[in-house]
Amino acid sequence: MNWDLLFQLLINGVIVGLLYGVVAMCFVLIYKSTQVVNFAQGEFLLLGAWVCLYFLVEYEFPFWLGFLLTMGFMAIFGIVVQTLILRPLIGEPIISIIMVTIGFSTFMQSLMNWVFGNSAVRFPQIFEVEVVNIGGLNVETAYLMSIAMSIIIMIVFFAFFRYSRFGLAMRATAYNQQIAQSLGISIKQVFMMAWAISAVVSAVAGIIIGMVSAVSNALAFIGIKVFPAVIVGGLDSIVGGVFGGIIIGVLENLAEFVDGQYLHWGNMYQIAPFYILIIILMIKPYGLFGTPDIERV
Amino acid sequence: MAGISTPRPCGDYRTSYKSDMTIFPTRVSRNVAIFGVLLLALFPLVNNIAPFIANDYHLSLMIQIGYYSIAAIGLNILVGFTGQISLGHGAFFGFGAIFSAYLNETTGIPVFFTIPLAGVATAAVGLLFGIPAARIKGLYLAIATLASQFILEDFYARADWFSGGSSGIAANYVNILGLELDDDKKYYYLVLFWLVIALIAGANLIRSRDGRALVAVRDHYLSAEVMGINLTKYRILSFGISSAFAGVGGALYGHYLGYVSAEGFTLLVSISFLAMIIIGGLGSIMGSVLGAIFITLLPETMEVLATVALPESIADGKAYVKEMSVGAAIILFLIFEPEGLAHRWKLIKAYWKLYPFSY
Repeated sequence: MNWDLLFQLLINGVIVGLLYGVVAMCFVLIYKSTQVVNFAQGEFLLLGAWVCLYFLVEYEFPFWLGFLLTMGFMAIFGIVVQTLILRPLIGEPIISIIMVTIGFSTFMQSLMNWVFGNSAVRFPQIFEVEVVNIGGLNVETAYLMSIAMSIIIMIVFFAFFRYSRFGLAMRATAYNQQIAQSLGISIKQVFMMAWAISAVVSAVAGIIIGMVSAVSNALAFIGIKVFPAVIVGGLDSIVGGVFGGIIIGVLENLAEFVDGQYLHWGNMYQIAPFYILIIILMIKPYGLFGTPDIERV
Repeated sequence: MAGISTPRPCGDYRTSYKSDMTIFPTRVSRNVAIFGVLLLALFPLVNNIAPFIANDYHLSLMIQIGYYSIAAIGLNILVGFTGQISLGHGAFFGFGAIFSAYLNETTGIPVFFTIPLAGVATAAVGLLFGIPAARIKGLYLAIATLASQFILEDFYARADWFSGGSSGIAANYVNILGLELDDDKKYYYLVLFWLVIALIAGANLIRSRDGRALVAVRDHYLSAEVMGINLTKYRILSFGISSAFAGVGGALYGHYLGYVSAEGFTLLVSISFLAMIIIGGLGSIMGSVLGAIFITLLPETMEVLATVALPESIADGKAYVKEMSVGAAIILFLIFEPEGLAHRWKLIKAYWKLYPFSY
């Protein structure tokens, strides 16, 4: 048994899992407040990373400026997508809504491949110190920042929904759209807000992942990986999304470990989450934290 | 769900159950259908006589449309008639292609028979992967089928003995009693034969007891259950039926190309099948064929457009424009014509039927 490797992989799992958790949160936010399943979440993330990279490389902006500009761009992008593509489909059956986001995801994927190219690009160096020593362990700064950012995002999310007026409006809308509307909440604004927040936060996750590894179109696959995470956690639970993300992150690294040490099948890292997903769906169809759908005739 | 209640034009009365259930409402429509099939059968004969209308390239497009249509009919039975979303149809299509080649390679059963056998085997796989449908539906089911897409894809890449792994597997030509279908003209008839069978099977399935049960499950599953329809059975059964069509379509695809690569059946293939039925019209057998035609011809049209009409800079990204056009077509159809081409076709027919007095 190779304990060091196992430990390293578990740490990796938690770090990646936190990022999955952030993306899962964005996904759940959209699902909860607008009842849209966003199959294009991965493309949001990738677009954010590309745009930020573009600002940094082409215009040579300092990192904070490029980062803020990207946030602004993504907020507008999210609102535009919501108004142009998803608003006309309000009230349509679920397959139409799933398909429109799938169509949008294929569209964005090839558009981004075209505009930004197929090859992986590394972010310019942002931190002066590459590696920090904590208690005898060498940790890359990017990883530390990734953990810090994920936790900050989660706290901000929590505070926003708990204490701000708009957060309350969004929770009310998620609970019951009609009642929320009759109490004077603008559903249109809430929907736009949900998409804007989701796009911005996914972009942050994309930038972090881009800095840790590199930006390439493979990042969009995280949008697919998020499905096991949200299913494990339950589709309509933001906390569940975070837990699901961490669980999936750790499990895929464990699968990698078991595979590398004993089984030698290869590719388990990619495929294990989907086996977990099917098993969870068979045992607990609404995930660990999700609310069962009770229907009346 | 979209595409159920197609408004019948005023004056089109159906007075008996029999006339309501008939495939062809009038004698003329039946004759037109038979005539259409005959016309299609003549297509290879005029090939290269009038190259502008029919040349080898058109023929190969027709064959593609044929096998994609068969698989799309299957998906429409699952999505359009039973209301279950599948994101794994491309993987089932691939299973048919690989299984047929594998069976022919290992047992020596002639390809002509391995094609239906591939349908049967794929149906079994579909039943297996349809099991989650017994408990979940809607979005959760869509995600479960997404998982089965990746699991099957991974299996093809891994199972060297079955799919040849990364090097792929050779698929022999079809041989019927010594007649080798080695060129497109002959192969065209095989595809046409299976397409007609798929159309007849699809249209008749919907008229049968089982077909009505599927539609009832889609429209209101609780009421369906109250009326004594076994939900679990029909939900899983529709996965099996739909996979059978996918398997036959896939086998035809494999033997047409003569080579099956295990890596060719990605999520993108599944999405393009979904695009076919969305664009063609959910819950319409004819719509599946229209959608397959649309999706097959869309890249060709974009190719022509890109070379003729677009500026140089855009023409460089032709490959990307083609991919983007599929996504854009899905979005535009869902926003502007959610009932699909089949609905539009019905509206046109109704318009001409009532021509001078539109009401």
